[in-house]
Amino acid sequence: MNHFPILSVMLAVPLVGGLACLLGNARQARAIALGATLIDFALGVLLWAKFDVGGAQWQFQENLPLFSGFSWKLGIDGIALLLIELSVFLMPICILASNAIDKRVGEYMAAFLLMEALMIGVFAAQDLYLFYIFFEAGLIPMYLIIGVWGGAERIYASYKFFLYTLLGSVLMLIAMLWMVHDAGTTDIPTLMQYDFDPAAQKWLWLAFFASFAVKMPMWPVHTWLPDAHVQAPTAGSVILAGVLLKMGGYGFIRFSLPMFPQASADYAWLIYGLSMVAVVYTSLVALVQSDMKKLIAYSSVAHMAIVTVGLFAFNTQGLEGSMIVMLSHGLVSAALFLCVGVIYDRLHTREISHYGGLAINMPYYALLFMLFTMASVGLPGTSGFVGEFLSLAGIYQQSSWVAFVSTTGIILGAAYMLYLYRRIAFGEQKNADAAAMPDLEPREWLMLAPIAAAVLWMGVYPESFLAPMHSDIRAIEARLAATKPAGDAKFQMGKALPVGEAHAEGAH
Amino acid sequence: MDWIQSLRIGAAEELLSTVGIVLLVGSAWGQTRRDARAINWLAVLALVAAAVITAPALWHGVRGEAALAFNGLLSGDAFAAFAKLLIYVAAAASLLIAPAFFEKYRAMRSEYPVLVLFAVLGMGIMVSATNLLTLYVGLELNSLAAYVLAAFLKPDERSAEAGLKYFVLGALASGILLFGMSLTYGFTGTIGFAGISAALTGHASMGALFGLVFVLSGLAFKISAVPFHMWTPDVYEGAPTPVTTFFASAPKVAALALTMRVALEAFGTQAAAWQQIISFVALASIIVGALGAIGQRNLKRLLAYSSINNVGFMLVGLASATQQGAAAMLVYLTIYVPMTIGGFVAILMLKDDQGNQLEDMGDIAGLSRTRPMLALGLGSIMFSMAGIPFFFGFWGKFVVFQSAVNAGMVWLATLAAMASVIGAYYYLKVLKVMYFDEPANRVTGRSDMVHEWLLASCAVFVSPLGYLVTKGLTALTMTAAGVLFPLA
Repeated sequence: MNHFPILSVMLAVPLVGGLACLLGNARQARAIALGATLIDFALGVLLWAKFDVGGAQWQFQENLPLFSGFSWKLGIDGIALLLIELSVFLMPICILASNAIDKRVGEYMAAFLLMEALMIGVFAAQDLYLFYIFFEAGLIPMYLIIGVWGGAERIYASYKFFLYTLLGSVLMLIAMLWMVHDAGTTDIPTLMQYDFDPAAQKWLWLAFFASFAVKMPMWPVHTWLPDAHVQAPTAGSVILAGVLLKMGGYGFIRFSLPMFPQASADYAWLIYGLSMVAVVYTSLVALVQSDMKKLIAYSSVAHMAIVTVGLFAFNTQGLEGSMIVMLSHGLVSAALFLCVGVIYDRLHTREISHYGGLAINMPYYALLFMLFTMASVGLPGTSGFVGEFLSLAGIYQQSSWVAFVSTTGIILGAAYMLYLYRRIAFGEQKNADAAAMPDLEPREWLMLAPIAAAVLWMGVYPESFLAPMHSDIRAIEARLAATKPAGDAKFQMGKALPVGEAHAEGAH
Repeated sequence: MDWIQSLRIGAAEELLSTVGIVLLVGSAWGQTRRDARAINWLAVLALVAAAVITAPALWHGVRGEAALAFNGLLSGDAFAAFAKLLIYVAAAASLLIAPAFFEKYRAMRSEYPVLVLFAVLGMGIMVSATNLLTLYVGLELNSLAAYVLAAFLKPDERSAEAGLKYFVLGALASGILLFGMSLTYGFTGTIGFAGISAALTGHASMGALFGLVFVLSGLAFKISAVPFHMWTPDVYEGAPTPVTTFFASAPKVAALALTMRVALEAFGTQAAAWQQIISFVALASIIVGALGAIGQRNLKRLLAYSSINNVGFMLVGLASATQQGAAAMLVYLTIYVPMTIGGFVAILMLKDDQGNQLEDMGDIAGLSRTRPMLALGLGSIMFSMAGIPFFFGFWGKFVVFQSAVNAGMVWLATLAAMASVIGAYYYLKVLKVMYFDEPANRVTGRSDMVHEWLLASCAVFVSPLGYLVTKGLTALTMTAAGVLFPLA
């Protein structure tokens, strides 16, 4: 096709911006970074506007056979589109949130812009190896962001983040090599239709699982996440929670499910088991945290468990619900980390016990924080509700027990989030410093207000976000239909009453 | 006619030996600093000329009868040409970086380029050898020059120690190799690779297998593969850094290419017998190299373990015993040579304000703030060695794993890939020290311009831009590796 290569341009803009940031001084770097991310956001809006909902499955395709064995092949479907939108939406906000960074600003901004390019690359890649390169390369900027600009324990956290994720990924690489050897192509859309031998599928699935489970993260390989979150600078946490975790879910929906449908069905019990443990266990852990970021990090693990449960429901509700949970969590957890960042910048502590009664001196902050807390809990009218409801409705068709246990996550979620909110925003003002903190400044409004608007939009009219992916989800469901395990809810049609009697009954 | 053709095929070797002898004689008169520099440049020119002479053989994919010279003692085929080009590049780099280093110790002597030329000549014979005796002659010519080079910095005790260790252990390895060669000769009745291969078709006798094991052990020493790696850290640390750069690059290419030729050409019919050995050696090298590097404080020692680790990955390609595997090894070597040269050049650039060399981990603390470009260069090389995409080092690992998977050795690829995570740890440690730690401000000396340029070009090569050459590289390596396999 001879159209404007918008995806390549979206990759190139942050890269060029990143190089420019390295050369400029701190002020220029901030301006360049904001400019580059805004340009990318504008391109993202254009991408969505031009995306033909209900049209071809793969759009904006580009293919340059530049390399040996793989090619520069990009293209998106509705699923990738939404995740790219999430990335480009959060990036300018991250740049705004990095005001407190005062050392090595140029390098910091360059790392973030590189991260943005790699994230877009992950979602847009249509070549298996190209995907791997983007997926894996994302470790580099994040390692630097945590290690250079992180908190006191940053070194340990950065190593843990890097090595954990790397170990998972190399297994996936070997599986990819085997797949390409077997199928003879690196083209992702083709591979999504290719039927691997069921015995081999099991191994391939496990190898991909090793990578995505760590990235997601699922219990028990989630332990890198709280460390990474707590030590990362605010914007690093935002990107980590907002987009990087979604790569795991994206991996499941793009690779594990359509490429290995048989193995996905066979190993559904594994996903269910780990997710159920995660929902209950990490929610309970979140309940006892005294560090705000750690609490939100654990809540992320619990939310991601709902995503995996929904994905392995093998039906439209579950899959669409999981996508919405991912998008919603991307917005809400990002916003919550920003909220933590707002007060951290003022008081330089994340200990919950240092705060209290912020609703008195920071009413607007308390209002927005309340909105995001409610969205995280899943209050109807916010984005959280839509996703969680759909995923749980999806899994209920498959297994009522899993649905039952997962739903406790909502209750526990309400418990730890509301408890957090009460301790921070309500009660008496125990700490004079905290009581003297000023309310939101315009820059912070600019960061939080767009996310609040998006959260409400997604909560009130989710169809805008569901529409682009309907047909893609249906394609996956069709692919899974042959192998999906039977659900435990064995509905039986009741015997219809004769017409006359029904009317007679209705007459009462 | 036959002689003319033989001389034509061996033209690069003849050129290098002539230039080497002339420069040796010249160096007897030219002992000043300026003479040494001039001789150094002439040696570089000789290498460039040799490369120009060699390149067409690779370009035209010369193989088989057309490449044989001196009654089948040497083969100037595409495979030899590929290896030689890499060797020439590595040797030229080791020559270019030398003057700035040795002049600080008033030790820049004109023997250095001459010895390097003779070592390169030996390596050229090694990679072209199609006969056990030419192989041995080439190997010894290279080794004898190398022993002297290791001890080149006379005032430095560590350098003398390195030379002695290298010599004693190298002589032992040569003995093992000779023993293996004699067994092979005894049980096959020939010393030509083609003859050995023909004699070993079908079931091989126990004696011939012993010969194979001893030959491979002797070669494993030369490529510093586990369990014959013990000399490497000491020699790499003790030898003057330009010499270490040379050791880590050119002889490694030569010895690995030689191992490939011996394994695939001479013992090609007994692949099943050596595949197990090579698989074990590969995994052991990866793991020992990775674990050994973790505790190192000296950067040269660290890179020594890293080279053991890298050899392990290359041997994964050999273990698959396919043309793709051999090509993958050549790709890996092509990436490894600039990577390792860049790494050592970066170490050469670590100098305090008196110009003394620094090589401790603590010295590079916070380098990213005091010398950002140097840190960026060394940092990309470290990420690349760790095999993290998008750096180009990833491609080397990728192709060897791919060849192993395609040859049905998924377990080997899986174990090697998992062990690469251990290796990633110490490369990351270098990055951590440079980027996360507070500046130690010890690296204050000015760098030589040649060093800067070399490091910059190596860093650009290992950057994602390297992927643009993958197409051409694949075609060339497949041609070169194809020589080792009979035409289908």
